[in-house]
Amino acid sequence: MAGGLGVDKLTKMLDRLGRWAVAGVAEFGFGAALVGESVFWLAMGRKRRQPVRLGPVVAQAMEIGIGALPIVTVLSGTIGIMLAIQGVYSLKLFGAESRVTLGVAMSTVREFAPLITGILVAGRSGSALAARLGTMRINQEIDALTVMGVSPVRFLVVPALVAMMVMLPCLTLWADLVGLFTAGLYIAPQLGSTMGAYVNEVTSLVQMNDMLHGLAKSVIFSVLITIVGVVNGASVSGGAEGVGHMTTRSVVHAISAIVITDMIFVFMVTR
Amino acid sequence: MSRSSQSVAHSVEVIDLNTHYGDRQILHNVSLEVKQGEIMVIMGGSGSGKTTLLNHLLGLMPPTSGTVRILDQDLGRLTPLERQKLRTRTGVAFQSGALFSSMSIGDNIALPLREHTDLDPTTIGIMTRLKLEVVSLAGFENLKPAELSGGMIKRAALARAIVMDPEVLFCDEPSAGLDPVVASSIDDLILRLRDAMGMSIVVVTHDLDSTFKIADRICVLDKGKVLALDTVEAIRASTDTRIQNLLNRRTEEAEPDPDAYLRRLLGDTSTPPDGTPRT
Ligand SMILES: Nc1ncnc2c1ncn2[C@@H]1O[C@H](COP(=O)(O)OP(=O)(O)O)[C@@H](O)[C@H]1O
Repeated sequence: MAGGLGVDKLTKMLDRLGRWAVAGVAEFGFGAALVGESVFWLAMGRKRRQPVRLGPVVAQAMEIGIGALPIVTVLSGTIGIMLAIQGVYSLKLFGAESRVTLGVAMSTVREFAPLITGILVAGRSGSALAARLGTMRINQEIDALTVMGVSPVRFLVVPALVAMMVMLPCLTLWADLVGLFTAGLYIAPQLGSTMGAYVNEVTSLVQMNDMLHGLAKSVIFSVLITIVGVVNGASVSGGAEGVGHMTTRSVVHAISAIVITDMIFVFMVTR
Repeated sequence: MSRSSQSVAHSVEVIDLNTHYGDRQILHNVSLEVKQGEIMVIMGGSGSGKTTLLNHLLGLMPPTSGTVRILDQDLGRLTPLERQKLRTRTGVAFQSGALFSSMSIGDNIALPLREHTDLDPTTIGIMTRLKLEVVSLAGFENLKPAELSGGMIKRAALARAIVMDPEVLFCDEPSAGLDPVVASSIDDLILRLRDAMGMSIVVVTHDLDSTFKIADRICVLDKGKVLALDTVEAIRASTDTRIQNLLNRRTEEAEPDPDAYLRRLLGDTSTPPDGTPRT
């Protein structure tokens, strides 16, 4: 009897695991299809008489970029100082603190600026996108677009995607600058050098390659944030409560996707 | 039920439609057709499958089997481009209005024109205001949907639905949630639209008064089956007890199958009752 129960439980668990896996794969497929469809509308929209319009793209870009500027500035500045303090401290142990600029510059440009910016934008704009689409869905606005013959992907997803793909690298670039600058504010006096000398050192150390490494990641993050937001927003069911649930889920998923993708990217590119 | 080629052009034609949600069958062999210039009301109690049927008509959901033809085009066989074209010839007013909350009423109504025509902004403005006049909402174009009352939202939704001068108009519960006077004014509006623009109109509702007021023909849905499909007079005169129950707002009969009742009580859900609403 107990054995029977155990098997029963196991079957149920496997069943749940199976469903969960199927749902996960379906969601992944939906995301991939969204990317494909977005590219299609970008390329073919005009021919189909459904062009992607610039107005909404600019509006979204403003909302994503300008809106995030203060918080990105504050956090990347803070992280610059933090990295500088830790760098000077740990390198002092080897008496190698003169090399601190290299470590700080590399970790800011290649890692921290894109990562922090991505996480911030996921929390700010990815969640907003999920909430907006979720609300539109339960309000039947998405259905309304569809039956009007207006593709919701073209009308809602593509502008957000393009705006995100432009603004996230821009914000990352800004975070690079701010982070490096604030790091210098700590490092220069510690090394008994000047801000001018620090800037010279940074510009000679940071290669184009390093900048591109960070920016390429931020482009990937921008796609992840948008698609995760859209997938979660489009899957909302069950009223306002459902919107809240999916919004939270979208932030958690987007940040997880960013961190994991970052690791994979670094593993593939840096070795 | 042979359906040989008929000379009458049907605006909407549904043939042997079946639908399932999971294992549960919702619609059973639903067939109906709407003639040019006719107001067809699809009526039924809550859970009878009205919304599901409407979603099929709008092409928002593929059926398990069966055919939906809108303006002589088979929804199941259209290319995306043909579907897009067809959708500019139909209009839909959703139950909640489904107005875009971030846009003003005017922008909402102008949206189909902006997306599907090359008209200049002045013309679009004029056509938008024209439709607002038709639904008696002149002067409200700059308000946001949140600033309108329930009846006004339904009117605005109708204005948006007819802005492209569609040949077929679908209305989901046009009078639900409105007080009787406002509901009746929406009914008048629907009648006026048909008379002025000659469009075929499909209305989905559970409201009896509204049904009898506007319908040319009524399709009574019950548990996913077409119980009756006839003119208003014929439906009124019907001797079918199920129809009479519906018309007199009598609640449905008791459990016909005591075994099934017992099984449900015992928690045996392996044989769910087809199409019965879960309340
Ligand atoms: N998304 C869904 N998933 C599962 N069952 C559903 C879903 N939507 C509706 N149903 C079921 O389909 C039946 C018909 O529903 P519906 O078409 O909404 O009826 P009505 O609009 O007449 O109230 C109901 O029994 C309902 O429980």
